[in-house]
Amino acid sequence: MSDPMISRRSALRIGAMAAGTVAMPFFARNGLAAEPIKLGSLLDGTGALGLEGKRMIETTEYAVDLINKAGGLLGRPVKIIAYDTQSNMQLYTQYAQQLALKEKVDVIQGGITSASREAIRPILGRSKTLYFYNTQYEGGVCDRNVFCTGTTPAQTVNHLVDYALKTWGKKAYIVAADYNYGHITASWMTKFMKEGGGSILGTDFFPLDVTNFSSAISRIQQAQPELVLSALVGANHSGFYRQWDAAGMKGRIPVGSSVFGLGDELTTMDASTTNGIVTCYGWYNNLPAPKSVAFVKGMQAKFGADVTDLSELDTATYDGIMLWAEGVKKAGTVEREAVIAALESGISYEGPTGTVTMDGATHHTIRNTYLARPKDKAWDLLATFPDQFPSDTGGACDLLKNPRTSKQFTPDLKG
Amino acid sequence: MDLVGLLGFNVFTGVATLALITLGLGVIYGMMRIINLAHGEFMMLGAYTAVVAVDAGVNIWVAMLVLPPLIVGLIGLLIERAVIRFLYGRMMDTMLATWGISLGLIGLVTTLYGNVVRGVSTPVGSFEIGRYGASLYSLVIIAAALAALGGMLALLRLTRFGLILRATMQNPRMAAALGVSPDRIYMATFALGAGLAGLAGGVLAPISGVSPAMGAAYIARAFITVLGGGPAIITGTGLAASLFGTINELVAFRTTPVIGDVVLLLAAVLLIRVLPQGITGRYLRRSL
Repeated sequence: MSDPMISRRSALRIGAMAAGTVAMPFFARNGLAAEPIKLGSLLDGTGALGLEGKRMIETTEYAVDLINKAGGLLGRPVKIIAYDTQSNMQLYTQYAQQLALKEKVDVIQGGITSASREAIRPILGRSKTLYFYNTQYEGGVCDRNVFCTGTTPAQTVNHLVDYALKTWGKKAYIVAADYNYGHITASWMTKFMKEGGGSILGTDFFPLDVTNFSSAISRIQQAQPELVLSALVGANHSGFYRQWDAAGMKGRIPVGSSVFGLGDELTTMDASTTNGIVTCYGWYNNLPAPKSVAFVKGMQAKFGADVTDLSELDTATYDGIMLWAEGVKKAGTVEREAVIAALESGISYEGPTGTVTMDGATHHTIRNTYLARPKDKAWDLLATFPDQFPSDTGGACDLLKNPRTSKQFTPDLKG
Repeated sequence: MDLVGLLGFNVFTGVATLALITLGLGVIYGMMRIINLAHGEFMMLGAYTAVVAVDAGVNIWVAMLVLPPLIVGLIGLLIERAVIRFLYGRMMDTMLATWGISLGLIGLVTTLYGNVVRGVSTPVGSFEIGRYGASLYSLVIIAAALAALGGMLALLRLTRFGLILRATMQNPRMAAALGVSPDRIYMATFALGAGLAGLAGGVLAPISGVSPAMGAAYIARAFITVLGGGPAIITGTGLAASLFGTINELVAFRTTPVIGDVVLLLAAVLLIRVLPQGITGRYLRRSL
């Protein structure tokens, strides 16, 4: 039997080792000439949103890699401090505080759902930590501390509705997910349809756990719309498209969607189910532009050839990091006020989606959007809309004039 | 008129779906008083079996109707031997254990196949009811539900195994005294229930998104139907599924699926209040 007691010598040895380990960052920091710039990342690598989050985490690593290979920012390397928020709202608030107060990062990039964004936005506002939110969302956030790089309904849903009105008809039926994204997007769809002279025959909201859409499909058939607009979200709702196809509705009433294909629908669903569902996003993975091809190639070189499901969520993440980098370069510092001022001056850069310009008044991006539909498991590009302005707040948001604004505007249906 | 036809068809489909997802749970709960919280995950395993088999090139009908009950039945057998058999008669403990199993299975499948939505395409097309389109696949669901209910009925009523099963259910000690091993019968019953859950998963795979967490979307309805049905497994499941399925489909059509579920729950609460033992606790008590 070995001696359970720790001798004085071994205790000393352990103590010295522990002290050395604790002091290590201090030595290391002094050893390097330039202290790294800290980029905090909050994304869901696991859990319900893990599928989307994993690619966004990879994109973050890819973008920071590119910056560091090009010599870093202001002569300093960029270091990612990433936390996996595990699709859990509580972890978002906890890790946001940790990144802002303990790690004192220079910028935070992340958040996937609107709920997660709203959970951390006030924390980062209070702690004065610059925040980039990089996904397509329902639009309207107006906050000086926040920059949003994804597309919003004023850049996409209007084109979708426009195409539907021109090609399919005037009478629409809306099916949407029953939470803030679905409700706000359905309001946008209604607003754009009515502005275009169309009418809405019905709007149904479905909680995320609904799997049986037979009654919904019967209701739609009874209403006899000329088209269906969908803002259905998530795994259970994918059943709608399958049941729609199975009921033979595919060939009768066309469908347009504001979320379809952002996940892995194209690779996992049958071509007959996905074909022809019209969508409008800021990027598609087979755009022919050289920067777009280079982005896909670069990601595949770093993370393997099976990275075939990249979407707008990933290019927006890339844009978020690159625009921030441009802002830092222009400001000549990572100090928050200077970087915000630089970004508000209308910084612009050439990325996978084309030219992306930060609009100083709204803190959203002016960017190209594209209309496409799946054709045999690949995107068939229908139209390109260059330099779309994020006009979701209808001019109500002007952070240059009113920098103290901090709210989310939603569409006004009366107006 | 066309609409009535379509609605009637939808009601039949809704009832059949409910019966299909409930039967496996009913067998395990009705025979052994085990509340199997992993029921939804057994369905999920059935659906995954179908998806993986179709991807491997197996004929879709075999992949949907034959493989899932066999493989999930086998998994049920293993779980019964490894965990459940030590816990008979301890309701709380079995609930905890099966809940743990359900979490474990979700984790396992996520690790193996990733947290993605998969699916298989429906093997049959659609048909017309007047000017409305309806899915032919609904007929497959109805046929599968009828076959499962009829098969169980035949098994319990016509076979020697069924007789022993019923005897063990009524009085395990007496059955044991007559030379039957209740341990074996419980094992077979659990595997049978798991197999039926697997069948439900396989049959529903083409019309739902197959993902590790899909079971949660079905489990609540299955439990309500079992409780509403009462002690007679097959008649109870059939009656409760008909009642709840009809209410749910009709209300969901008139209003929204949310209200449909709310009214279904209200109907269930009322039913349990009036008939605490379920439908077959009062009526048709001698049925199976």
